[in-house]
Amino acid sequence: MSEDKDNGGFFDTGWRPSGDVHRGEDGRPHDHPGVQEDVGLGVRASRALAMHELLIEKGVIGEGDVDEAIEAVSKRVQSNGATLVAKAWSDPEFRTRLLKHPKETVIESGFVPEHNADIIVLENTAEVQHMVVCTLCSCYPTQLLGPPPDWYKSFSYRSRAVTEPRAVMSEFGLELGEETEVRVVDSNSELRFLVIPRRPESTDGWSVQQLATLVNRNSMIGVAAATEPDTV
Amino acid sequence: MGLPIVSTAATPGLAFSPGDHVFVKDMTPPNHHRTPWYIKGRRGVVLEFIGMYVNSETRAHGDSGLPELPMYRVEFEQTHLWTDYAESPSDKLWIDLYEHWLEQAE
Repeated sequence: MSEDKDNGGFFDTGWRPSGDVHRGEDGRPHDHPGVQEDVGLGVRASRALAMHELLIEKGVIGEGDVDEAIEAVSKRVQSNGATLVAKAWSDPEFRTRLLKHPKETVIESGFVPEHNADIIVLENTAEVQHMVVCTLCSCYPTQLLGPPPDWYKSFSYRSRAVTEPRAVMSEFGLELGEETEVRVVDSNSELRFLVIPRRPESTDGWSVQQLATLVNRNSMIGVAAATEPDTV
Repeated sequence: MGLPIVSTAATPGLAFSPGDHVFVKDMTPPNHHRTPWYIKGRRGVVLEFIGMYVNSETRAHGDSGLPELPMYRVEFEQTHLWTDYAESPSDKLWIDLYEHWLEQAE
């Protein structure tokens, strides 16, 4: 794979086991926000990548089939978290319950936390921005957000999130002023964090379903803002 | 289990309260543990007791991880963790730690 050599690592192969595909207009992979460099492919990842390429070459599957399938699954699960956030935006009582008794409220809402891990919900405001990372591995609320994106698991994100969180957020398009305190939250094996992003303005009277379309995955990790209504 | 583990003798009541200044113990036990290096030996403030949790340090070595241990959310100043921290002086780091990793700071 000459592509690997040219670009130096995992994040430049364009192939994402968790379906996070980033390609430029020319179809070539390009840099990802939050990620500056990373280690090369491991043995298993190389093997999986080789098999994936072979299956495409032999015509068994199409170029984007795997990515599309994974993305479809991820989207379905991401909407679990988005629904909870949209409900919290619309219903103050639900919001309070979700913040105070997160695990019970998540289960009541019909979602099952993985490995019986506890769930903590944190709310972003004009004063405080919570941003979640797992510096030791990649703890992530999969049942609420789907499989973690590769950048979340990268060494680059896991180190930069704690040493320069604002720089990382700015790569995701979120510029915060000094008036907002950043709280980097380093996750552990027993806990999963869900972030409630700030509700975009001019969404008065929106239904839960409409609001949920604004709740993107990155905003629930805390690296980005919710989607602005005029861009949906 | 094979590997020696950090002492996790049951504590009657809780050792720390919100607002307590604590040091994270600067130790590297040979067993699996989930205290990242960058907070070892650092001073922080206990925000709250967040509950009793299975001990992932013993569970990682085939044990049940019981009894559950107290865990606390501890806040650190980013500027204390990273001497060259160039972002905002108000920025914080939150991490949840088992009681046996903490000791009271004066």
